[in-house]
Amino acid sequence: MESQVLQHKEQSGRRSMIRRGIMAGLPIMLGYLPVALTYGVLASQTGMTISEITWMSVLVFAGAAQFLAVGMIAAGTGLIEMIIATFVLNFRHFVMSLSFVNRLRSIAFRAKLPLTLGLTDETFTVSALYRKEAKEEFGSYFYASLMLTAYLSWVGGSLVGGLLGDVMPESLSESMGVALYAMFIGLLIPSVKGNWRIACIALLAMGVNVLCQSFGLNQGWSIVVGTLIGGASGIWLLDSEEEKA
Amino acid sequence: MIVWLIIGMAIVTAVPRFLPVFIVDWVSFPKWVDRWLNAIPYAALGALIVPGILNVKPDAPQIGIIAGLVGVLLAWLNVHIIGVVLGAIATVFLLTL
Repeated sequence: MESQVLQHKEQSGRRSMIRRGIMAGLPIMLGYLPVALTYGVLASQTGMTISEITWMSVLVFAGAAQFLAVGMIAAGTGLIEMIIATFVLNFRHFVMSLSFVNRLRSIAFRAKLPLTLGLTDETFTVSALYRKEAKEEFGSYFYASLMLTAYLSWVGGSLVGGLLGDVMPESLSESMGVALYAMFIGLLIPSVKGNWRIACIALLAMGVNVLCQSFGLNQGWSIVVGTLIGGASGIWLLDSEEEKA
Repeated sequence: MIVWLIIGMAIVTAVPRFLPVFIVDWVSFPKWVDRWLNAIPYAALGALIVPGILNVKPDAPQIGIIAGLVGVLLAWLNVHIIGVVLGAIATVFLLTL
């Protein structure tokens, strides 16, 4: 009897974490669907097959790099060059993953490893701002369902875009290009309101990124340098309260 | 050829993603590195928003700026993040009608 009650409690704990993870992933879904559709449409226009379009989303799961690849396929760029460009553009996920797993020390290794494969700009920043879930029971279920929500909308959107071609009126799909930026803003502002020092960190990162790009450094490395230098200011700006939180 | 491209891209994307799991499991960082890593999400958000948002309409950067400011305002007023996203989309849509 008692074990049944316990089992039930465990189940509802898991289920509620999954539900909360999906809810946290919904803004990402809203942002990903139009972008994924556009990727599918563009990729099919360059002559990629439906299975190539979908497999790229399944195995790579990195929006900016996939757009870059489609552009380079269309331009006839060499294979090695495209792979190096992808590495440079996606190296920022190494920095993000370091930050992510450092906060997930209480989560088991076998759960962390697959979770890191789901890290994108969007899943990382959303996960990072839901920090208390990392310490709760079944926290890995929260992050896993958040990332799966994002992943399935990316893969599904790519497939639909490749199959149907232009399904959305251009004016709407163009307007939706702002969605992910708006999501980043919607994530940053509440933190800034709680602690103005966070604004300094973000502004420094922006400034360094703009500076690097204006000196001709490519987008991938500029974001890495901006994130590292902006984050470094946190060594002095973030206090011990931030560590405990 | 595209098969090899996909495999190559998948490898160079996955390795930087999972490598930190092994690093963090083997070393424990001093406090100042923890603070650095804790600040990374905010720094990443900053670097991801600017200058990217200026290219929402590459020929009209002010549209991205205005939509961004609408987003800031809505978020400041504690509007739910879905509302912030929809508000920014509506702004771009109306400005480009």
